[in-house]
Amino acid sequence: MADGIKDKVAIIGMGCTQFGELWNKSPEDLMIDAFKEVIQDAGIEKKDIQAAWQGGPEFTAGSVGDSALPLAQTLKLPFIPVTKVENMCASGSEAFRGACYAVASGSCDIAMALGMEKLKDTGYGGLPEFSHWSTIGTKHRIIGANQTAPGMFAMLATRYFARYTISPEEGKRMLATVSAKSHHNGSLNPKAHLRREVTVEQIMNAPIVAWPLGLFDCCGVSDGSAAAIVCRADMAKKFRPDPIYVKALQIAASSGEEEMFNEYDYTHVEPTTRAAERAYKEAGIKNPREEISMAEVHDCFSITEAVTMEDLQFSPRGKMKDDIMAGRFNLDGAQPVQPDGGLKCFGHPIAASGIRMIYEMYKQLQGKADKRQLKNPKYGLTHNLGGIPYRSVASIIIVGH
Amino acid sequence: MVGITSYGAYIPLQRINRKTIFNATGWSTAAASMPGEKAVANYDEDSLTMAVAASIDCLDKLEREKVDSLYFATTTPPYRERQNAGIIATALDLRPDIRTSDFSDSIKAGTGALLAACDAVKAGSDKHVLVCASDCRLGKAGSLLEMTFGEGGTALLVGDTDVIATLEGFYSLSYDFMDQWRADGEKYNRIWEDRWVRDEAYTKFIPQAIAGLLKKYKLNIQDFSKVIFPCIYLREHAAIARTLKLDEKQIQKEMLTTVGDTGTAHALMMLVAALEDAKAGDKILVASYGNGSDAMFFQVTEDIEKAKNRRGIKKHLASRKDLTNYEKYSSFRDVIPMEVGFRGEVGGTRVSMMWRERKTILGLCGAKCKHCGTPQYPYQRVCVNPSCGTIDEMEYYRFSDKKGKLFSYTSDSLAFSASPPEMYGIVQFDGGGRFAFNLTDCEPESLKVDLPVEMTFRRKYVDYVRGIHGYFWKAMPPRA
Repeated sequence: MADGIKDKVAIIGMGCTQFGELWNKSPEDLMIDAFKEVIQDAGIEKKDIQAAWQGGPEFTAGSVGDSALPLAQTLKLPFIPVTKVENMCASGSEAFRGACYAVASGSCDIAMALGMEKLKDTGYGGLPEFSHWSTIGTKHRIIGANQTAPGMFAMLATRYFARYTISPEEGKRMLATVSAKSHHNGSLNPKAHLRREVTVEQIMNAPIVAWPLGLFDCCGVSDGSAAAIVCRADMAKKFRPDPIYVKALQIAASSGEEEMFNEYDYTHVEPTTRAAERAYKEAGIKNPREEISMAEVHDCFSITEAVTMEDLQFSPRGKMKDDIMAGRFNLDGAQPVQPDGGLKCFGHPIAASGIRMIYEMYKQLQGKADKRQLKNPKYGLTHNLGGIPYRSVASIIIVGH
Repeated sequence: MVGITSYGAYIPLQRINRKTIFNATGWSTAAASMPGEKAVANYDEDSLTMAVAASIDCLDKLEREKVDSLYFATTTPPYRERQNAGIIATALDLRPDIRTSDFSDSIKAGTGALLAACDAVKAGSDKHVLVCASDCRLGKAGSLLEMTFGEGGTALLVGDTDVIATLEGFYSLSYDFMDQWRADGEKYNRIWEDRWVRDEAYTKFIPQAIAGLLKKYKLNIQDFSKVIFPCIYLREHAAIARTLKLDEKQIQKEMLTTVGDTGTAHALMMLVAALEDAKAGDKILVASYGNGSDAMFFQVTEDIEKAKNRRGIKKHLASRKDLTNYEKYSSFRDVIPMEVGFRGEVGGTRVSMMWRERKTILGLCGAKCKHCGTPQYPYQRVCVNPSCGTIDEMEYYRFSDKKGKLFSYTSDSLAFSASPPEMYGIVQFDGGGRFAFNLTDCEPESLKVDLPVEMTFRRKYVDYVRGIHGYFWKAMPPRA
């Protein structure tokens, strides 16, 4: 009977680059910058790494190519096993998962996961057009609606407002509160792309991107990279006195029923809900609202973060607005979410985001989160979501001491 | 007895007032002025999509399997090689063991196709022939033809049972009269001098064709309840009516000032308008125009009442939206080429995939699980019902004729659209099944949860690199 990953894997090093419009950084530069920090933080040498997982690039494979060779050849990894993994925006978490399972299985001692994305070579704002390009060869090239990511997530807000009788103004105010909170946290984070405070009024009055989401309801487009080095839990203390342990690693993928059956309600994300249930069971968490000290969630759009509060059982169904407006998820609230500023302030270099989220949880648990430091956090949760609400992959990772 | 067993039509939603055109172009040398307004096909419509819409109106509740033949008449086909009638037949989900033909290259082709269909049924070759006609002709900016041309389509079902108007006779004239012409590869029609066209063609051919018909069948013009003929010169239309000695009530109103000259569809649209008001026993004469004329006459039967629920001309005329921006109108057919930006770039189409998935893509057919009865789109082999999951017990299930409601929606200013914002939503179909579709012919302000929608066949994109027109379905609020 499988007994899960809890306390079998330790993170002994992490690295994260500056995120932003890094016009001068090539994809190779991004990989190397994250690698230098993670190696230094782990206190090991390159030759100690026995296997590596490369997350992405997702949309910018054109920059570097499609296999695991970009990572191997850029870092000059010495003929070790290197695997490229792909799960859209959850690719970073997927890379981390691969490295964790490798060391937990005993097939190697030390493994690395690195996620990188160079989005700013595409030539225009917003995520690269995917409804035509990523579906080439499948019938979805033609039957898939001409859409953008903001539009598909905006539909969660449309339906949520209708279901819970929230007026457009009240709804937009709720969403703006989510973003304003993250911008405050980002202003305390030198690695974030956007570091200015923004007010709820500014956010509500910003130009509409896909109704009801405005410019500030959408995360930015950035370049960045992040990496983690893991080892088996019983070896961790050889490397550092304060390793951080993996308590749960769960993914859930849409089955097709949200998209094509008749019952999905468009007011939550099912893969997040299921992955979270399994993660809490794996980590032994009985009351997420009380026990999860902090979380980094996938705030590609303000509405995504909002419904995720319910999917993660931080808020009861239908009650996310009450908790958001009460400030529960603020940095000084009962359950801080996005302490580092989130995708909102870092932007979303697709495959880097999942590992950047773990980076913040890792630093917080080690007491190294500087101006954003929370008091005695116990469990940190990352939520990394690839795809669109009805066709998505959700990753939930829980870490702790 | 052979004749028309059903009729349908389609007029695009948007109308542009000719004053709007004249305000933009009146300063130029060749600019002409005309009264009224004309119908404008949306950026995602063309002759093929309008023919599908008219055909759906016409077919009404007839089982699609009953159609034996489909003729499509147009001078503006999207493809010069790839049978356009075949694309329409696939979109209508007709059987593959049928005869399909494109009739082209003259605006007389609409009536030509109609007569050929009647001949086929009379000869016993077919029992149900669908004839559809539509055109999207272009005149250069600032030309008379820009003023004259409108866009629309019509469809007639021809058979020998439950006939609503029997074909009683015909008389055709073929003249290589080059009043308007367009050589292969050219985008815009050309026209010779109006006075010559009016005096030597309309004034001569239409009366000659009608006279020939009357003589052949020993009839009198007074025998007819309605006499239908097109003419792009309104004064000449009235003059021909006087020449023919028509009573006021016999004259079928020209549609130039409400729809415009719709090419192959034009005379047939006027015929449909006449049928909408016809009574059993009426004799109706229609003479088309274009490189000669096809004149024919019909006798309306008791069954005419059965067809009166079609949207036809009346309901489409009433369902309208003003297009007030000349530049936007000009961008729809690329008369003014607009910057599309990087988001407007289109990825290459995989043709073998299109063929394999043609029922799903063109026919909007999904699957219905024989095990649990769940309709689901697209066609899939593994049932999507989480309580079922049965593999390979599916039958095709047509969604194109199902109604639905918007479960959720958005209005997107980021996605590329030729007519922003791009709108899309989740359509929850009556009877089960749901999928995300783009929305068209609607206003962002009118979108709301549970908005009733129906499906419409549109040109979703053009892959210029590979020369492929990508057709698929969008959702829209019902026109009527």
